[in-house]
Amino acid sequence: MSALADLINLDLSDSTEKIIAEYIWIGGSGLDMRSKARTLPGPVKDPSELPKWNYDGSSTGQAPGEDSEVILYPQAIFKDPFRRGNNILVMCDAYTPAGEPIPTNKRHAAAKIFSDPSVAAEETWYGIEQEYTLLQKDIKWPVGWPVGGFPGPQGPYYCGVGADKAFGRDIVDSHYKACLYAGINVSGTNGEVMPGQWEFQVGPTVGIAAADQVWVARYILERVTELAGVVLSLDPKPIPGDWNGAGAHTNYNTKSMREDGGYEVIKKAIEKLGLRHKEHISAYGEGNERRLTGKHETADINTFLWGVANRGASIRVGRDTEQAGKGYFEDRRPASNMDPYTVTSMIAETTILWKP
Amino acid sequence: MSLLSDLVNLNLSDSTKQIIAEYIWIGGSGMDIRSKARTLPGPVSDPSKLPKWNYDGSSTGQAAGDNSEVILYPQAIFRDPFRRGDNILVMCDAYTPAGDPIPTNKRHKAAKIFSHPNVAKEVPWYGIEQEYTLMQKGVNWPIGWPIGGFPGPQGPYYCGVGADKAIGRDIVDAHYKACLYAGIGISGVNGEVMPGQWEFQVGPVEGISAGDQVWVARYLLERITEISGVNVSFDPKPVPGDWNGAGAHCNYSTKTMRNDGGLAVIKKAIEKLQVKHKEHIAAYGEGNERRLTGKHETADINTFSWGVANRGASVRVGRDTEKEGKGYFEDRRPASNMDPYVVTSMIAETTILG
Repeated sequence: MSALADLINLDLSDSTEKIIAEYIWIGGSGLDMRSKARTLPGPVKDPSELPKWNYDGSSTGQAPGEDSEVILYPQAIFKDPFRRGNNILVMCDAYTPAGEPIPTNKRHAAAKIFSDPSVAAEETWYGIEQEYTLLQKDIKWPVGWPVGGFPGPQGPYYCGVGADKAFGRDIVDSHYKACLYAGINVSGTNGEVMPGQWEFQVGPTVGIAAADQVWVARYILERVTELAGVVLSLDPKPIPGDWNGAGAHTNYNTKSMREDGGYEVIKKAIEKLGLRHKEHISAYGEGNERRLTGKHETADINTFLWGVANRGASIRVGRDTEQAGKGYFEDRRPASNMDPYTVTSMIAETTILWKP
Repeated sequence: MSLLSDLVNLNLSDSTKQIIAEYIWIGGSGMDIRSKARTLPGPVSDPSKLPKWNYDGSSTGQAAGDNSEVILYPQAIFRDPFRRGDNILVMCDAYTPAGDPIPTNKRHKAAKIFSHPNVAKEVPWYGIEQEYTLMQKGVNWPIGWPIGGFPGPQGPYYCGVGADKAIGRDIVDAHYKACLYAGIGISGVNGEVMPGQWEFQVGPVEGISAGDQVWVARYLLERITEISGVNVSFDPKPVPGDWNGAGAHCNYSTKTMRNDGGLAVIKKAIEKLQVKHKEHIAAYGEGNERRLTGKHETADINTFSWGVANRGASVRVGRDTEKEGKGYFEDRRPASNMDPYVVTSMIAETTILG
C-alpha cells in the first residue's frame, strides 16, 4: 500500500502551481454533508476570490432532474489536512440559479442576523460542545460494544483511559490535529459518559464563523471515520435506555456579558430564552425528545430550567461566572444533530433583537 | 516491504543520466491499455525526439503471428508519477510496418479532423467527465457491496463522505495527484450516485490532446487500482436495475461559441448533432443501450433531446451559458467505455465540417 500512500501524499508544489479545492455543502436532509473537488490555477486565501460552482441537486434531494443545477457560494476557506500543501477545503452554501437560498440553506438567514448592527456590535461568542458516537460499520452498533450484547454500565468511560474504557481514541486524536491544521478553533476533546461516545469543542469563535467551523469539523470527522472504517452518528439518543444521549451544548456570551455587570445581562438573556423555549426546542434538532428526558444530565424537553453548575438544567451558568459577576452561559438543550447556523443565530436573535 | 519500496522509489538522477520511458498504447479490444518500458540515454520533453518502437501485435489481437510487428509512434509525453525523477510516460498510436494506422488506431483519423483548417481555427475545447466503477477483485461485484447482497438504495452516495457512503476515496485521491503530477489537465473529481462509482474530469483541453489525456488518465487509474488490488470497470451499466450507469459526458465549445453571440452557434451545432443522432450513438460506446434508458439521469437511446440544466436530456446546456449568451454544451450520450479520439473528433466534424 505504500505506493498508494506515496501518491496520495505527493507534494505537488514542485510540479505545478495548481491547487485542489474541495467544496463542501450540506445535502437534502440538512445533516448529510457532500463534497467534490476542483483544480484551481494557484493558491487562494480569500473566499471572495473563489469561483462559484454548481452541483446536481437532483442527486441530493435538493432539485428536480429537469432543473437540477444548485449553485455553490464559497464562504470560508480552511487548509486541507488530507491533501496538505496549498490545497484547501471550502465551506459553501447553496442557492438557486436565480440567487435565492434553497430551503436547506440555513446559513443565509443566520448571516443576516449576524450582520444586524445590534448583533454585530455585541460580538457574539460561541463555544460549541459537539458530542458524537462511533458505530461499527455495517451493524451500526457502537464501537467496542460486543455484537449482540452490551458493555458494563456507564461510570468508567467518561475521560477514561485503557483498552476496556476508551474506544476509538485514534480517530479523536487524528481529528483534533487535523482540525488545528485546517485552522478550526478546536479548544478541546474528551471521552464521554457512554462508551464509544466522544466530544470535541469549537470556540470561542465569533458570529457566523462558529457554525462554519462546526460544519467543517464535522466534515473532517466524517472523513477521518471513513479512513478508519467506522461510521459517525450524530443521533441524539443512539441507544435507548440507561445510556447517555449526545448533545451540542452551546456556550454563549456577548460583549456586555463579558464586561462588569455582565451577570445581570446574562440573567435577562436567560429570561428571554425561557419565554421562547418552545420555538428554540423545535429548532434544536430532530429526535431531541428521545434525549431530553430529565435524566442522564438533561432537563426534560417541556421544562425550562436554569441554574448555577446544574447539569440537570436547560441552561447552566458556571460558578466562575457567578463569582466574577460576568462571563457566559451554557444552553444545554441543542441535540448533537442540531444545525449550528440555526442555533447560534437564534440565540443571538432572541437575546439581542427579540422584545417580549 | 520497505526494501522493495526503497528500490521502487530510488532516485536515479544521482547515478545516471539515463531515463525510463513507459510507452503506452491501446490494444486489440479498443479498450484494453498496454505498456512496456525502455531506457533512453537522457531526458526528453518533445515526442518528436523519441524513437519509434514496436510490439508483438499477435499477443494483443492486432497482428498475425507470422507478421506480428506493430509500430508505435510516440505522440505525447507525460511525467511518470510512479517512477518520478525525469522518467516519462509516452502515449503512442499503432501502425503497420508500411506506415498505415491499424484498425484499432482511432487517433490517426481524429488527428486529421483536428488539423483540418476549419476545425483548427475554431480551437475546439473538450471537458470529459469520465465515470467508472471500482470492482472487488476476483468477484466482479462493486467494492463496498456485500457479497450476495446490495447496499442501501442510491441517495446518500453522490459526493458523500463517511465509511458507509464513500468507498475507494484513496484510489481517487491518489489518481488526482498522480494526474496533476503527470501534467494531465484534470479539473476535478467527485463521488457518483451509485456506491463504488466515481468520476474525474479532464479539461478544458484543446483538440487531439483531449483524447491523449483521457487515455493516459485511464492508464494511471488502472495502474493505481492495480496497486490497490481492485479492478476498474468502464462498463456503461455495471449493475442492472435501479442503479446508475457510467457515462463519459463530453463538454464542448468552439471559439465562436465562447464569444458573444455564441448561444446561437451552440443551438445550430446541437441541431446538426440531432440530425446525426444515430451515427453518433453507434460510435459512442458498446453496450450503451443498457445505460441510455431514459431513467437514471439519461435520455432514451432512440430519442434526441436537449435542454437547459436538464440532466434527463441527450444534450444539456448550462444555466451560465444560457444567461451569458455564450459558453459550451454537454453531450451526455457517450458511455464510459467510449473512445475519446472518436467522440471528440466526431463532435468537431459534425458541428464544424458537417
